[in-house]
Amino acid sequence: MMLEEPILSVKNLSKQFGDGCRRCSDPSTRDLIKNYCPSCGMVFACRDISLDLYPGEILGVVGESGSGKSSLMKCLYFDSDVTSGELYLQDEEFYGQNLWTLSAQKKRYIRNHKYGMVYQNPVHGLKMDFTSIGNIAEKLIAAGNRNVDNMKMVGEKLLDTVHIPLFRMKEEPRNFSGGMQQRVQIAKALSNNPPVLFLDEVTTGLDLSVQADVLDLIKRIQREFGISMIVVSHDLAVIRMLADRTIVMLNGEVIENGLTDQILEDPIHPYTQTLVYSLL
Amino acid sequence: MKKLKTHFAFLDEGSKKEIRRATLKAVAIPGYQVPFASREMPIGRGWGTGGLQLTLSLVGKEDVLKVIDQGADESVNAVSIKKLVHSTTNVELTEATEDATLIQSRHRIPEIPLTKDQILVLQVPMPEPLRTYEKKEYITKMLHAEKEYSGIWLMLFEQIMKYGRTSTDADHPVLVNERYVMAPSPIPRFDNPKMHHSEALILLGAGREKKIYAVPPYTDVASLAFDDYVFQKEDFSGEACHLCGATDVFLDELVDDHTGKTIYQCNDTSYCVDRLNKLEQEEVSTVDA
Ligand SMILES: Nc1ncnc2c1ncn2[C@@H]1O[C@H](COP(=O)(O)OP(=O)(O)OP(=O)(O)O)[C@@H](O)[C@H]1O
Ligand SMILES: [Mg+2]
Ligand SMILES: [Zn+2]
Repeated sequence: MMLEEPILSVKNLSKQFGDGCRRCSDPSTRDLIKNYCPSCGMVFACRDISLDLYPGEILGVVGESGSGKSSLMKCLYFDSDVTSGELYLQDEEFYGQNLWTLSAQKKRYIRNHKYGMVYQNPVHGLKMDFTSIGNIAEKLIAAGNRNVDNMKMVGEKLLDTVHIPLFRMKEEPRNFSGGMQQRVQIAKALSNNPPVLFLDEVTTGLDLSVQADVLDLIKRIQREFGISMIVVSHDLAVIRMLADRTIVMLNGEVIENGLTDQILEDPIHPYTQTLVYSLL
Repeated sequence: MKKLKTHFAFLDEGSKKEIRRATLKAVAIPGYQVPFASREMPIGRGWGTGGLQLTLSLVGKEDVLKVIDQGADESVNAVSIKKLVHSTTNVELTEATEDATLIQSRHRIPEIPLTKDQILVLQVPMPEPLRTYEKKEYITKMLHAEKEYSGIWLMLFEQIMKYGRTSTDADHPVLVNERYVMAPSPIPRFDNPKMHHSEALILLGAGREKKIYAVPPYTDVASLAFDDYVFQKEDFSGEACHLCGATDVFLDELVDDHTGKTIYQCNDTSYCVDRLNKLEQEEVSTVDA
């Protein structure tokens, strides 16, 4: 698998909140508390992160709260700007172009045609007072579809895939349980057959049995559609279940990186060791 | 002639200039909402202050003004606007569409096709077609700038899901000059096609929302519709005005006091009266002969 070209490739991503000061802009005098400069309040949310996502694999990103996982996802999905770094997509149209330097329209195009996103909080991914089928159609419309019956057909098929009964398709997600909302979000994210899917803490806050349902669904989608996914979780158990390879983040940095099984069997970094031992 | 104590056309020259500048910009960018410093007017906000300011900035001594409110020249609202303009300009007033050079209207476009010598001013309560989809102004501005109109299509999709068709009875969104999506003001869908390649300049003014926008003469105006759900006007086929017999016009539905039956009547009253007068003349001339 590793001999293939990655479908998505991140090089030296940095994401900072704040302007920084003399002390923290120079790495030799930098004295951070976790990811935070005590003299100016700057947050180093992502520090020099590089990663590759290979076709058809699930890459896990695990780390404690505040380690920078969501910041990483937001940069990948163009929800927020990066401080520096490069992002490449294996795609005829954008081959060799750093996606982070593209225009807003081009980024929107990539979001609508190449990406799917499932947010930790369904409020960010769904319009709660629109119908569920309408939420799926939104992504199709954004990708240029202007045929109602075709969009309805695609939406129905996806709702069926994620086990939302069709008689509820015209209901608003706000009437749904958390697990159902996540499944509508997944259906929406899949609607334009994206080669890349991002999932940020999709099972956090769900009951254990519902969590298992959603995790099964993700596994099934990987098998059926062959989509490459980045799955973020602070829960190593979730990562163990889903991810082929895993990166471990701490204070905005990647501290460990490898096959999930290997990391679980033989963690190298002391932080990863605590994480793994607490799971056992 | 009565002596005029206030400014000609109520507004001071500085205000008129500012409104005209915004209007010129609006004409130059068809369908784009141009902000302007909307003034307090001696009529209630939401009663056509945007349209009124456009009218006042445009009106000259030679103009002939017509004001209509949902098709009627005699409504209280239309009359009070006419009074204000007349008392500060002494311009001639008319109810005959073809005699007017300047027509201010609320929620209708007259049935008689307008000409290149006329300007139509439409009153607008809500100029932003994306507002129900997105509340924040800076985001809707960005969406227009990027020509990102998924939101308005989604609104139409939702209506079809819920009602089996698009349910915009008025203010059905249009694409102007293949660039900007625009709220045509709450005119019935029946009037949307009249905007397409209109010979008359159409100006739209929103007082409360402080926006002016325009459809210059001969501009493409397309009502938004999905490939498989075509745009449809209100359907009055088989019905006719019970007064003048007109068929291809926008009809109001009334209930006959005596019979309790539904009857139809021209919504554009001056058009109806005009037809009645002509019919009467024809009768008189046949009797004379
Ligand atoms: N808009 C912001 N302004 C300032 N700091 C921010 C902002 N967003 C995130 N941060 C900071 O960036 C760091 C990384 O946050 P992030 O949300 O990426 O963490 P996370 O790993 O997703 O955590 P969690 O598991 O709680 O979701 C945190 O220290 C956070 O406080
Ligand atoms: Mg997070
Ligand atoms: Zn600092």
